[in-house]
Amino acid sequence: MIRTLFKKNTLTPYIFISPFFVLFFIFGLYPIGYSIYISFFKWTISGPQGFVGLTNYKNLLTRDPFFFKALGNTTWLLIFGSLLQHLIAIPLAIMLNNENKNFRGRGFFKTAFFLPYITSTVSVTLIFAQLFDLNYGWLNYVWVNLFQQERVNWLSNPDTIKTALAIMLNWRFVGWNTIIYLAGLQAIPGTLYEAADIDGANAFRKHLSITVPQLLPIIFFAVTMSIIGGMQVFDEPYVLLGGYEQMGGNGNSGLTSAFYLMFTGFKASRFGKGSAIAWLLFFIIMILTLLNKAINRMMDK
Amino acid sequence: MKRSIGGNVKFSLFYIVLIVFTLLFAFPFYYVFVLASWSRIYSNPPHLWFGSDIPVNLNSLLSQLPFHVNFFNSLSIAVLATAGTVFFCTMGGYAFAKFEFKGKKGLLLFIISTMAIPAFLNIIPFFKMMVAFGWYKTWLPLIVPGLANAFGIFLMTQFLENSIPSDLLSAARIDGLNEFQILIKVVFPLAKPGIAILGTVTFIGSWNNFLGALIMLPDPKKSTIPVALSSLFVRSDGNFGGLMLGTALALLPLLIAFIFFSKKIIANLTAGSIKA
Repeated sequence: MIRTLFKKNTLTPYIFISPFFVLFFIFGLYPIGYSIYISFFKWTISGPQGFVGLTNYKNLLTRDPFFFKALGNTTWLLIFGSLLQHLIAIPLAIMLNNENKNFRGRGFFKTAFFLPYITSTVSVTLIFAQLFDLNYGWLNYVWVNLFQQERVNWLSNPDTIKTALAIMLNWRFVGWNTIIYLAGLQAIPGTLYEAADIDGANAFRKHLSITVPQLLPIIFFAVTMSIIGGMQVFDEPYVLLGGYEQMGGNGNSGLTSAFYLMFTGFKASRFGKGSAIAWLLFFIIMILTLLNKAINRMMDK
Repeated sequence: MKRSIGGNVKFSLFYIVLIVFTLLFAFPFYYVFVLASWSRIYSNPPHLWFGSDIPVNLNSLLSQLPFHVNFFNSLSIAVLATAGTVFFCTMGGYAFAKFEFKGKKGLLLFIISTMAIPAFLNIIPFFKMMVAFGWYKTWLPLIVPGLANAFGIFLMTQFLENSIPSDLLSAARIDGLNEFQILIKVVFPLAKPGIAILGTVTFIGSWNNFLGALIMLPDPKKSTIPVALSSLFVRSDGNFGGLMLGTALALLPLLIAFIFFSKKIIANLTAGSIKA
């Protein structure tokens, strides 16, 4: 009886999971393959203009100042906007995870920390644009009156454009990373700390010798997410710095790699070159992820 | 005694740090609602309390943008995407959670691994395909490709593994229900809590989507809220009261949905990432 019931069902699961594969092949795999093909052509709005082999790649890597400018900006933002914040998120998670019986409001803090992550990049950018305002923004108000400093022209000065973008990225993702690390911390068995307590280790040593090694897989995951996200920053500089026309503001200081990809593809309509940028970025992400893995392994020893 | 005082100092310090970060995270949300209530958003010192110009700003917003159209587009796309995604991902998740079949492990692993593909990799050919399909400047590219997505299937697989008793499925089969009827009549009702989470996450993602709408619905008058608001900001003359009201209105449904479901969403999103 059970056997026949089971047999009758053998096709059912395949039918139930087939929508994913249909959609993935049409809208995922096929265009990905197609983009390799396009990247070997000079391809404009009026169609393919001839096979050029690796020329798009070669030109990008050897003679395209914008590509390197964008890569430099993206790397800077990756470090100061996406990676260094893990050094804030881990201690914050440890604080949220404290076992003091009188600690109240963990759920409240979690919600508050998570809120920036679910907010649209456009809303965030529009609000921060007002906070960054030269004459009437809160940032300069605090900066001038509390710290007695000169006003900062956040969105015009090439140096501070990047800082402004990094502030927004940190604001959006520190809480998200904290919540991820908190979940990781809660999975660490408490018995590990008891032994250290007996040895009389102080809190900092305990976290360095127990928490961090136990957290390594989560660190790998969270840092990988930061790398993938950080290499794709587009919305913030696009909205904050005046769209495609401004190409990332003064000195192209907010021109990120993803911005340059979008600009090349959708503003300049150079589809071949745009696809080549996409593949170069993909390789860079892969290399960074492998590097992350290697560093993670090294720390494990 | 000494120890407990030290502990209390440390404890208070924790609170102070956490509260400072909470204020930093919360302030921009508060501030946009403050600015939405002033027609002259600039003042020195900057505004910190509410004004009374919401009607003025609403007029200003509607004179610059067909905001009701944008709102309708955003809402319709998000609702359709959410309804479809919830259906197909529950169906797929049910298959992985409750059936034994050849290649199951490998197929699930494959689906999960597609999540690591960066979105920009296929964006140019995807655009050309949409033009060829006649889908350019329609809602379809913003709804159809994500209907059965990897994240949703993974989430529902994990959820359904523990929330549907296998006995109940056997009983339904003996009662003569076919597999599709079982899906609709047995699985969906039991999957409701999981559907609420996936639905909220999908809705938020669709509601916030900027890049996709910018490419597929480039005309701000016929596009979604993020594209409309960003275009208003880029070309604006500095009269931002209406823009701030629009931003606040765009945030409102999201804040309500999130505060309602936050506990479950946070728990499930992080649990998924820990397992992966």
